[in-house]
Amino acid sequence: MTAEPRSTEPELSARLPEPFVKWFAGKGWSPRAHQLELLARSQAGQSTLLIAPTGAGKTLAGFLPSLTELAERGTRRPGEPRRGVHTLYISPLKALAVDIERNLGKPVQEIGLPVTIETRTGDTPAHKRQRQKLAPPDILLTTPEQLALLIAGSDARRFFEDLRYVVLDELHSLVTSKRGHLLSLGLARLRSFRPDLRAIGLSATVAEPDELRRWLVSQSQSSEAGYGTMPSATAPMAGLVTVAGGAKPEISILESQERVPWAGHSARYAIPEIYDQIRRHKTTLLFVNTRSQAELLFQELWQVNEDSLPIALHHGSLDAGQRRRVEKAMAENALRAIVATSTLDLGIDWGDVDLVIHVGAPKGASRLAQRIGRANHRMDEPSKAILIPANRFEVLECRAALDANYLGAQDTPPLLAGSLDVLAQHVLGTACAAPFDADQLYAEVTSAAPYAYLPRTEFDRVVDFVATGGYALKGYERYARIRKTKEGLWRIAHPRVAQQYRLNVGTIVEMPELNVRYVRQGRMTGHGGRVLGKVEEYFAETLRPGDNFLFAGKVLRFEGIRENECYVSSGGASAQVIVPSYAGGKFPLSTYLADQVRGMLADPGRWQALPEQVSDWLRLQKEKSMLPRPGDLLVETFPRADRYFMVCYPFEGRLAHQTLGMLLTRRLERKHAHPLGFVATDYSLAVWALEDMGALFAAQQPSLGQLFDEDMLGDDLEEWLNDSWMLKRMFRNCAVISGLIEKRFPGQEKTGRQVTVSADLIYDVLRSHEPDHILLQATRADAQAGLLDVRRLADMLSRIKGRIVHKRLEQISPLAVPVMLEIGRETVNGAANESLLMEAADLVSEAMGDVDDASPARNGPSVVLHGTAAKSARTGRKGVGTADYGRRSMRRG
Amino acid sequence: MTAAYRARAMADAGLVGIAGECALCHPSGALWFPDLRLLAVSDLHLEKGSALARRGVLVPPYDTATTLLRLQAVIAEYEPRIVVSLGDSFHDGWGAERLAAPFREKLELLIAGREWFWIAGNHDPDAPTGLPGDAVRELAVGRLRFRHEPSLHEAEGEVAGHLHPCARIVQRGRSIRRRCFAGDGRRMIMPAFGAYTGSLNVLESAYHGLFDHGRLMAYLLGAHRIFALPGSMLRPG
Repeated sequence: MTAEPRSTEPELSARLPEPFVKWFAGKGWSPRAHQLELLARSQAGQSTLLIAPTGAGKTLAGFLPSLTELAERGTRRPGEPRRGVHTLYISPLKALAVDIERNLGKPVQEIGLPVTIETRTGDTPAHKRQRQKLAPPDILLTTPEQLALLIAGSDARRFFEDLRYVVLDELHSLVTSKRGHLLSLGLARLRSFRPDLRAIGLSATVAEPDELRRWLVSQSQSSEAGYGTMPSATAPMAGLVTVAGGAKPEISILESQERVPWAGHSARYAIPEIYDQIRRHKTTLLFVNTRSQAELLFQELWQVNEDSLPIALHHGSLDAGQRRRVEKAMAENALRAIVATSTLDLGIDWGDVDLVIHVGAPKGASRLAQRIGRANHRMDEPSKAILIPANRFEVLECRAALDANYLGAQDTPPLLAGSLDVLAQHVLGTACAAPFDADQLYAEVTSAAPYAYLPRTEFDRVVDFVATGGYALKGYERYARIRKTKEGLWRIAHPRVAQQYRLNVGTIVEMPELNVRYVRQGRMTGHGGRVLGKVEEYFAETLRPGDNFLFAGKVLRFEGIRENECYVSSGGASAQVIVPSYAGGKFPLSTYLADQVRGMLADPGRWQALPEQVSDWLRLQKEKSMLPRPGDLLVETFPRADRYFMVCYPFEGRLAHQTLGMLLTRRLERKHAHPLGFVATDYSLAVWALEDMGALFAAQQPSLGQLFDEDMLGDDLEEWLNDSWMLKRMFRNCAVISGLIEKRFPGQEKTGRQVTVSADLIYDVLRSHEPDHILLQATRADAQAGLLDVRRLADMLSRIKGRIVHKRLEQISPLAVPVMLEIGRETVNGAANESLLMEAADLVSEAMGDVDDASPARNGPSVVLHGTAAKSARTGRKGVGTADYGRRSMRRG
Repeated sequence: MTAAYRARAMADAGLVGIAGECALCHPSGALWFPDLRLLAVSDLHLEKGSALARRGVLVPPYDTATTLLRLQAVIAEYEPRIVVSLGDSFHDGWGAERLAAPFREKLELLIAGREWFWIAGNHDPDAPTGLPGDAVRELAVGRLRFRHEPSLHEAEGEVAGHLHPCARIVQRGRSIRRRCFAGDGRRMIMPAFGAYTGSLNVLESAYHGLFDHGRLMAYLLGAHRIFALPGSMLRPG
């Protein structure tokens, strides 16, 4: 192990009180260098960032400064005033706070420290919160949302008057989101209460540590440059303590004896081999990329679990109680395997995990490094991990990742300027606590790193938005939520505003979800039935009573939806089991890995490292079609059935390919190729049409250069984006976060839909009347930042200029098989709703033409197919020809 | 060609029969009776934005403008002789008073030269303050009865609003929900026309007893046309 604290400043020495020295000695340990270094810096009054891999004793290091100070402070004598919170610990996960309480409690008890530690999360009961306000613990473990609530309380200043330390765990993951923006503003607020406050950031390795160092301390000196510009070299930074990584993990790719499938994500072929690995290890952590994969893998494992090994499932949609039980069993080493998604991603370190299996391709390096960090929690022993590629392209991706020694690399996204919707929430929260002075608040806000370059005009627009909505049409002055007093302070107009604020705090806007509750089969009353967790509403809405679906590791029979509950009963052994799909949770292939995969494809010398069936596949491709050179884009065209196909291989990730597919079909439409649909995977994109696109490209009608010209990212993109569900969803998030509309709560059942105004309606109206409104500005900023795929697409289009290779084929190529297999599995994306409606209506019409004298109600064909079962026959039918049919016939009438 | 097929072709064009009277569903949500030169719109909920703002929800104050533009467009298309606003024309009883001058003028221009009926709704039981047009509880035209809330007993020829119907289908695994006209040949319930109006699935209990379920058709509003679907294809929720 190499623990090497780096420091450029004069040596500081740490004071470690006697009881601590004894405790370490009693354990046969000695404090690690980075723990002492962090202690010394803190004792000297500095804020510090600690970068260390998991297993390096990060938690103890982070708390040592507070614990030693609390030890020296001693117990409160009778008659002494009550003390406030001394240390605030903030973590992105509730589970992490609970875990820390457990881990920290142990040394505190063993050393015999007079220190109280409590958690405060969304799950904390009201009476306990109340008591915490009156008698605060010394160390309070909480989440960013709870901090926001605490500082919006009218007693905030008093509550935090004794605060000395803020410990921010998993800082690298917090700072890249809107939660990080909210937290940075909260931290600025805390600093205004206690200017001598020290912040300690705990982080995994990141690409740019200086960004986090600035984030931890007040940036108030730097305010001349424009919003979003590069920070100057003189911006204040926290100290830095770095611990080098532990032993290099041993990572291998599963060399399966089975046939690796062309497509899909289930890795079903490898189940016996995975099970064998579980049997041979003490505890195995199995990571997958999505919740659906977790359900599937868990189900498959149970089917082969002939030894009845204790195997558990853990993902974010399961009931919290269920998750806690799994976590506890894990800590007690009672489990042999856990199938998990990113909910277990962050630094929760429990149990003696000796193997990490990652099913699916890694997608991003930092993510995989974190996950592998789970195994063998002593950092001087190598972690062991096995990658299980789910399909052939994933074999390439896994191999490329290992060959490039990629796992040491970091691909954390760059930090972004603080978002304005979050600022709006904070401004309102500040007013809820006490009337504020705009100049002072502006100074405070710009002391937070994400907002350091916020222009005053933007800030004033946000305050205006909070007050009256900030509309150009001034009509709401009399309904203002905050008003300026005679003294020039902004105060809330009504106590009701503070109540509304408290209900809507936070930056995580969930997809509407339904509780999954057990009922008896055929019953639609759910009294007393157990809740298994949550499914997203849009998924539940696609089910029919009697459908079986996989959830919480069980086959459930869907009974129906009542208000915010999805009723289920124990499912039968139906052959057709549906796996819920969840929005999000699909990570694109990182740019770096994509590059590596392209390189590997082009270089037969590197294929030796691949399993034979995969290298054979590539050889076959070379023979039947061709393999693109690293910088080239291969476009294949071929006929199949009564369609013409175009398949290209950009390797830029599914989202980027979907955008590309949408834009290409628009163009092909204009060039009269009559495109019918498209489907995208992480690696390639297939478009099909009525016309022979190969012939069109050969005749330069259009040329491929024209088709893939970068100008598609101009008006076409703009037009498509404005109407896309993605932008609408982003707007909804901004509208909820900024407090324009209220969160939807369980119990506000759907019958309320008549009364509430949906964000989509507001979006449409606002876009046509005030396109430069601050919320639309915030939405567009999110889109630019969040739709990384658009940026990737732009880079790709400029990279392949003049380097597109067209191959006209008589039949499908080997490389095209995976994407072609996805046709019919994927639901049609984007603005296709109209054509789906048309399809449904047309089916009814067709059926009516075939039968005599039947009422549509009784004999309407059953055309309701689930996405995965649907065949591709009618995908993406065009409906433009009949678009204004209604109107024409009207005039005749 | 069978009778059912002809009926279907009519339905695809948005043509419906209500108690023998012929009408056309317009994708905007308006209902046009060509023989009567009568245009019906329902649940405009004008000034809903300002009504919400009074409660601290500061949604953009552009809903009235949007709704009036839509109304203007559909009136320009048909040049109706009679316009019936089927109730809840304003979101609350003070809505007409809050109406800004330019909107008031625009409305007056639309009303001028036509017979214009404001049917009383539950949100706006009284006549809109200071606007031309006749305020009535109900309107009877031939076999047709225009009223705000559908009645349980007099189905034949009833054209009503109030419920803001929408319909949902699932096609290719995708759930699609749209505002719709809902009718069974005797009665027609109209979708809400206003820019900020939500909607309620026609399969909810609020519609119980209103339709002959075997004959229920939903006419979903598309971007440019109507999609006619039988009740058997609709999903709750």
